[in-house]
Amino acid sequence: MKIFGYQLPSLTSLILWGILWEIAGQLKLTFFLPPLSAIFSTLMEIGTSRVFLKALTETGYAFFAGTFLAIVIGIPVGILMGKSRLIDELLLPWVNMFLSAPLTALVPVMMVLFGFGMKAIILTTTMFAIWIIVLNSRAGVMHINRSLIEMARSFGATPMDAFVKVYFWAALPEILSGVRIGFIRGVKGVIIGQLLISIVGFGALFELYSGQFMMKHFWAVLIVLFSISFTIAEFLSHLERKVAYYAAQR
Amino acid sequence: MMRYRSYLLTFLSACIVFGSWEIAGRIPVSYAFPTFLETIAAFWTLLKNGTMFVAYFETLKPLVVGVLISSFVGVGIGLAIGLSRMSDWLLSPIFVVMQTAPLAALIPLLVMIYGIGLTSKVAVVIIMAMPVIVLNTGGAVRNTPVSIVEMAQSFLGTRRDVIFKIILPAASPIIFAGLRLGVSAGFIGAILAELKITPTGVGDIITYSRSIADYPSMYAAIMSIILLAVIFLNVLERIENFLFKGAKHVYASD
Amino acid sequence: MMSHNTTNDNDQAVAVRDVYKSYGDVMALRDMSLDFPRGQLTSLLGPSGCGKTTLLKIIAGLLSADSGEITVNGHPITGPGPDRAFVFQDFALLPWATVLRNVAFGLELRGVAKSEREAIAEKYITDVGLRGFENKHPHQLSGGMRQRVGLARALSVDAQVLLMDEPFAAVDEQTRRKFQEDLLNLVKHENKTFIFVTHSIEEAVYVSDQVAILLPRPSRVSEIIRPEGFRHKDADSIRRDSEYLDIVDRIWASLRTYVE
Repeated sequence: MKIFGYQLPSLTSLILWGILWEIAGQLKLTFFLPPLSAIFSTLMEIGTSRVFLKALTETGYAFFAGTFLAIVIGIPVGILMGKSRLIDELLLPWVNMFLSAPLTALVPVMMVLFGFGMKAIILTTTMFAIWIIVLNSRAGVMHINRSLIEMARSFGATPMDAFVKVYFWAALPEILSGVRIGFIRGVKGVIIGQLLISIVGFGALFELYSGQFMMKHFWAVLIVLFSISFTIAEFLSHLERKVAYYAAQR
Repeated sequence: MMRYRSYLLTFLSACIVFGSWEIAGRIPVSYAFPTFLETIAAFWTLLKNGTMFVAYFETLKPLVVGVLISSFVGVGIGLAIGLSRMSDWLLSPIFVVMQTAPLAALIPLLVMIYGIGLTSKVAVVIIMAMPVIVLNTGGAVRNTPVSIVEMAQSFLGTRRDVIFKIILPAASPIIFAGLRLGVSAGFIGAILAELKITPTGVGDIITYSRSIADYPSMYAAIMSIILLAVIFLNVLERIENFLFKGAKHVYASD
Repeated sequence: MMSHNTTNDNDQAVAVRDVYKSYGDVMALRDMSLDFPRGQLTSLLGPSGCGKTTLLKIIAGLLSADSGEITVNGHPITGPGPDRAFVFQDFALLPWATVLRNVAFGLELRGVAKSEREAIAEKYITDVGLRGFENKHPHQLSGGMRQRVGLARALSVDAQVLLMDEPFAAVDEQTRRKFQEDLLNLVKHENKTFIFVTHSIEEAVYVSDQVAILLPRPSRVSEIIRPEGFRHKDADSIRRDSEYLDIVDRIWASLRTYVE
């Protein structure tokens, strides 16, 4: 988008939307949309409060524990699938199924098996994040340029050397992109878990504020949550772009 | 022999999974973990006494309505984004943020606004399904190969011709893929709505049988909705492969 | 130093004897025998499907023959070895590594200490004309420069036999000509045996001491041509030499029936 010959950066339109929001809020068009400025001043108030920080730590803990599990299990499984045809054929149908299945339906199973607490929320997060990580790691290993493999062999690389110095790095762009999408799915998983399993963390705040019609508080927490998840996604896609130049070469 | 290898292995893999499910259920690993056969039996009962059909009629209502609305509106917005830099600048960021955000957090708000009826559930499906449809359509339209657009222009095609005869056909494989991903997200939304807002349809079977500890029925209901979604999405993918044979499958986003 | 113009039957760097290779039902190589004189450049030339790349990869040890024997300096091969180095058509560079590390990578895999291998790599980087690009990554280089990296990597492991799989196929025509001239110099000054796969008749005749023409279905060596008359001429005048032009025409006449 250009205005007077000046290129507006993307995402700047969000400022325009913010202004419109503020105007709509000041005009009191609807009870559900308080002015943005009021939301931000509420945010300043609750941002340092014990309740908010507790919710943040609870959500952050569940999120990082869940995605950590997804990464340490997902990447090795994916690499194994990419390397062994038998394992691949045994696991691939299930991975594909869980990748597109509505995993929300499995949350009640998590509840009855692992209790109505943190454990079930962490595992829900893992369940949301893991499949795409497995699939991308698998694709990364399978798409390694054939001649890179031959190159390593022709110069006499040991299997260990070939793996550490060539295969892992060659698959890295796709593994990273799997981790990025896994993180995005993990954020969704942790919130769904907190809404359905037990009312803790941000889920609890949303319930509390909407139950008591505290719209400013509700939006404040929502904006924080959306910003955090957007920042995580952007940070990871930045990392991905740093290695993207070599993904183009296979 | 080699031709059947993959079917054979899929079958073997299913046997391993269902077999271990059965064994784990018999040990049992948890009082809330029924065996595979019990689950199948419960599934059969639910199917035979008609509960399942009534439930799915309820569940599919918000899903179908929501997906239809998101498809029409989403493809429309996507076209606008792909064709005009102005709307791209104005609208894309909203959907990019929606795509990465945990939209489930909006459910309490939707309930406040629309109550606990069908409208809320349709709204949940829409917010889940719309972003991926919009972003895929926009990306596909924007990335139409320049050479074929220039070809049409050099043969004196009008703007209208270019859009309807070049851009739309070229973008349709990815638009369709976006719609499929939208349906997938819609399923998540529909189930989330039934578990979170008010238990109806399949969500009701799940919630109710959990509350009376009838775990086989609960597992059967969950299995049925996952199977339904996976089979339906598979059919869509087959249609896609049939319609757009040879087209490149590049997704604009997750 | 071995002169590149003398050869005798006892001085073959690489010998291929009765090699068979098939993929499923498709016979890629049938009873293939061929000698590669030491210190010279031999081209494998032929239409697609004649098995020239298969033969090269078997010599490299990347593929194994179904039967038959390959000897390098009289020793039968069992797999890749330090006596041979491969130059890949698509360069096969590590995209995440600098030019310096890429060139030194063959030595790195052999466990040569960092300072030593980098000193060797520096020398060959200079030789191929890439001085000053040591810390660039492959994606910052043009196709021609990337292949110079691939060449420097193969040279730096100091193998006696250099195997080149259509090394200039992915670079533009002008760069390609420059490469061909450089290759002539390389053959003259390095005491190495080159085996060179190409589908360009002009290229084969221009750079080779010996051209082996391979024909498909069944794959066989139909003819061995030794373009010797113009070898002493300088790089510029070869392309106008009448013997050069005659040989090119003759090869085309025998190959044209095999082109679909």
